[in-house]
Amino acid sequence: MNDATPVATLKAATAIPIPVAMLAELTHRCPLSCPYCSNPLELTRRSGELDTETWIRVFREAAVMGIFHVHLSGGEPAARRDLPELVAGAVEAGLYTNLITSGVGLTETAFAACAEKGLDHVQLSVQGVDAASADRIGGYKGGFETKMRVARWVTDEGIPLTVNAVMHRQNLDRLAETIQLAVDLGAHRLEVANTQYHGWASVNRAALMPTEAQARAASRIVAEARARLKGTMVIDYVPPDHHARFPKACMGGWARMGLCIKPEGKVLPCHAAESIPTLEFDNVADRALIDIWKNGEAFTAYRGTAWMPATCAACERREIDWGGCRCQAMAYAGDAAETDPVCEKSPAHGVLKAALAETEIVQDDFTPRRMGKRPTA
Amino acid sequence: MPAERAKAPAPAAPDPAAVPYLPRGVRLRHCEIRKGWFLLAPERAMKLDPVGAHVLQALDGVRSLAGVIDHLAAAFNAPRERIETDATAFLQQMRDRGMVHFRGGSDE
Repeated sequence: MNDATPVATLKAATAIPIPVAMLAELTHRCPLSCPYCSNPLELTRRSGELDTETWIRVFREAAVMGIFHVHLSGGEPAARRDLPELVAGAVEAGLYTNLITSGVGLTETAFAACAEKGLDHVQLSVQGVDAASADRIGGYKGGFETKMRVARWVTDEGIPLTVNAVMHRQNLDRLAETIQLAVDLGAHRLEVANTQYHGWASVNRAALMPTEAQARAASRIVAEARARLKGTMVIDYVPPDHHARFPKACMGGWARMGLCIKPEGKVLPCHAAESIPTLEFDNVADRALIDIWKNGEAFTAYRGTAWMPATCAACERREIDWGGCRCQAMAYAGDAAETDPVCEKSPAHGVLKAALAETEIVQDDFTPRRMGKRPTA
Repeated sequence: MPAERAKAPAPAAPDPAAVPYLPRGVRLRHCEIRKGWFLLAPERAMKLDPVGAHVLQALDGVRSLAGVIDHLAAAFNAPRERIETDATAFLQQMRDRGMVHFRGGSDE
């Protein structure tokens, strides 16, 4: 034996990036029925969810492999009665612990327990700027008032608050009011998130996708507010890429920055990766998280540049946008290993343009998400 | 806007009597894999140089800025003036980015 093998192995191992963040989808249960829910059409039932001990073991594995941030999400994570224990487990593992919640179903007692266990940050979603519009989108009467209360609990504890506003055609014209609402709630950061058309959201695309004029106006409003609110509130805003020339580096590149764990323990390179039918996903119940990250089939499938089609492989932007979004390629080009159709160089760019033409058709009816229901459209 | 920024007064140096601390939502972590100290905030991880790492580890919520400087000067057997310059500049920069808060002293 010479030492060529170990050196080569070491090189290969160090070429794999160290992940920074993990999205832990604790449950798919949720009292809201947002039409843009990006969770898959088939939801995991309560009986299929990972138990407390398994989640806490996974948090420890995540911290050891170098993950910094864990985002406790769902569904609505407050639907888990063991939420404070899970927060404690994540904090004890050394993870920076962020709770992503709609606020609905989160009791003051549960929240106080999470805060006491060391919760670092809260990201609160808002569906609209007043009860009428927000509760229509969220499909939950009283949801808006609940959120206003939860925001106060968070800021009273001194925990930093991010407001997450999912924007789409039916609320994008009220972006300026949305920004003001976040300021009034004491948020230090606002995420203006554009609807992504995965899972249930794809059913409602015609009712939700903003027009190009709306997208342009939104960029102007954000630019003005950023200048005015400097030092008060940071605004994170990524313009909808359907109207862009080049795709976004989705997830910062496939299997480069982060991973997502579903309620039943399946590990995904991105939250929507199950829309790619050819991928097989490992489960944390069967395999160590670090092994899944390094060697799991779903992670190696599109990591780096070796998988790229000729269009991407020859492109000078290949390590800037990493070929864009695999799920979008699947949705519009019918092949996850194709160039993201948002890219003007993509052979399927025309298909995407045709889908955009739909947005000029005014249709405001949407199909609310309900657990156990299939879309009727 | 650059014009507005130019008009704003230069932020004052922190008061040596004030107590620097990491606010809620900012966490100091050592990473074995990356071999270094990091300061974590929402959606952010900032790699610290050795000066920054030592200064932030010395914040215990009790020591004043002057106390932090004394502590580091003793721990590293280094000239106090040099530690004072480095630690004050670093903490001022971190304060202006919202990553370090001060309580007590004339800053409050």
